[in-house]
Amino acid sequence: MPEHRNYLSVSDLNSKIRHSLEKDLSSIWVKGELSNFHHHPSSGHMYFTLKDELNEIRCAMFRANNQFLKFNPLDGMSIRLFGDLTFYEQRGSIQIKVSIMEEDGVGDLHKAFEKMKAILEKEGLFDKKYKKVLPRYPKKIGIITSESGAAIKDIFNVLGRRAPQVKLILKSVKVQGHDSSNQIAKAIELFNSKNCADILIIGRGGGSIEDLWAFNEEVVARAIFKSLIPIISAVGHETDFSISDFVSDVRAPTPSAAAEIAMVSQDAILNNLKTQEKQIIDLMMLILERYWLRKDQLERRISISKPQARILNSLESLDKYYERLIYINKQNFSRYRNNLESLLKRLVGLGPDNVLERGFSIPTDSKGNIIKSPDQIKVGDTFNLKMAKGSLKGKKI
Amino acid sequence: MEKNDKELSIELSLERLELILVKMESGEVSLEKSLVLFEEGMDLIRECQNDLKKAEQKIEHLIDDSRKIDGSEEPD
Repeated sequence: MPEHRNYLSVSDLNSKIRHSLEKDLSSIWVKGELSNFHHHPSSGHMYFTLKDELNEIRCAMFRANNQFLKFNPLDGMSIRLFGDLTFYEQRGSIQIKVSIMEEDGVGDLHKAFEKMKAILEKEGLFDKKYKKVLPRYPKKIGIITSESGAAIKDIFNVLGRRAPQVKLILKSVKVQGHDSSNQIAKAIELFNSKNCADILIIGRGGGSIEDLWAFNEEVVARAIFKSLIPIISAVGHETDFSISDFVSDVRAPTPSAAAEIAMVSQDAILNNLKTQEKQIIDLMMLILERYWLRKDQLERRISISKPQARILNSLESLDKYYERLIYINKQNFSRYRNNLESLLKRLVGLGPDNVLERGFSIPTDSKGNIIKSPDQIKVGDTFNLKMAKGSLKGKKI
Repeated sequence: MEKNDKELSIELSLERLELILVKMESGEVSLEKSLVLFEEGMDLIRECQNDLKKAEQKIEHLIDDSRKIDGSEEPD
């Protein structure tokens, strides 16, 4: 049997462990996630596990310490705790004896969010009056997001379909983590200094409040506010609201929605153009109608001396206009031909001879000018009344 | 800003088209002027339709300095 080994008893071992651990690891601050939380109703003691992605450790917070807790510990919460590492010799198990427990991370972030929101709102950064109207037909859209994220794919997808005629300019930035907010703010400033976009879309895909945090930071909010280029903010999912959403000119619930807001779809524009084409043709027809039906214009062109010739001239001009219209719009030919033919009929119907047939007379003075008002001749002057069959002479009294 | 002939300016075309329609609706233009406006309007419509249908998307990366990337033009 080997004689030179030193054999420890289990109790000795555990005692050594205890002394070693408790010497080095008392009074420690630890951060982690709460799980398996139990609050014993009878003793008032709390027992739980504190963990991170890989490892965990048991904790106990006795009633004496936990009775002053200002919040309700829940599984999943991020917490900070202060305590002593204890080693139970009897069972050889380790536990943190917790004296102080605080909410960490999420809780603080929510508070910080509300605080920043209140400050900026009071300053007026969210006011409607500062919000710019988006240009309806941007030629260049600037996009500030991660080039490897989900947001950019969605945006390219939508804009590629809807508006291939719009130029897209991407400035890739980190959308979370250290320096992200600075990068976002700088990107906004860059687009502004180069003035190379009509609209900016800033955003990222979904995530936790920590992931989206950059878009809640003051430097980003101020950059958005200062921007002369209108900005659409598209951060996270529909239910995520970030400070950039409040400061921006428009908030989009998702990056795809931002792309849709940024640019009217090509189909919509093409439909509008179709409508306007119809409008302009209808207007042209209306103008033609109005022109030919203006009686006094007609009378100026048709003089008493050569009524037939004048009518013929007018009809010739109408033909010319008629032909030009057909040339411009062959497809609608038949419809407009009908319109014009009925116009022609009415035109002829208004010729002076037809007017006379209906019992009207045309008065002329001694020089042959048409009299339109009694004041045109003096008392004692003679005038001529041309009728359908012959004429009468008269004198003003 | 210099007008780039190749650059699509839907905004300007549509604005001009709108103006033409308003003028024609007002009833204050002569027949000759109306026909001129009408032709201009129809040309604008055709132009926009063609440009939209054959447009291809351009995607560009914004850079901080005046270096050119892959021969693509620096954004103005």
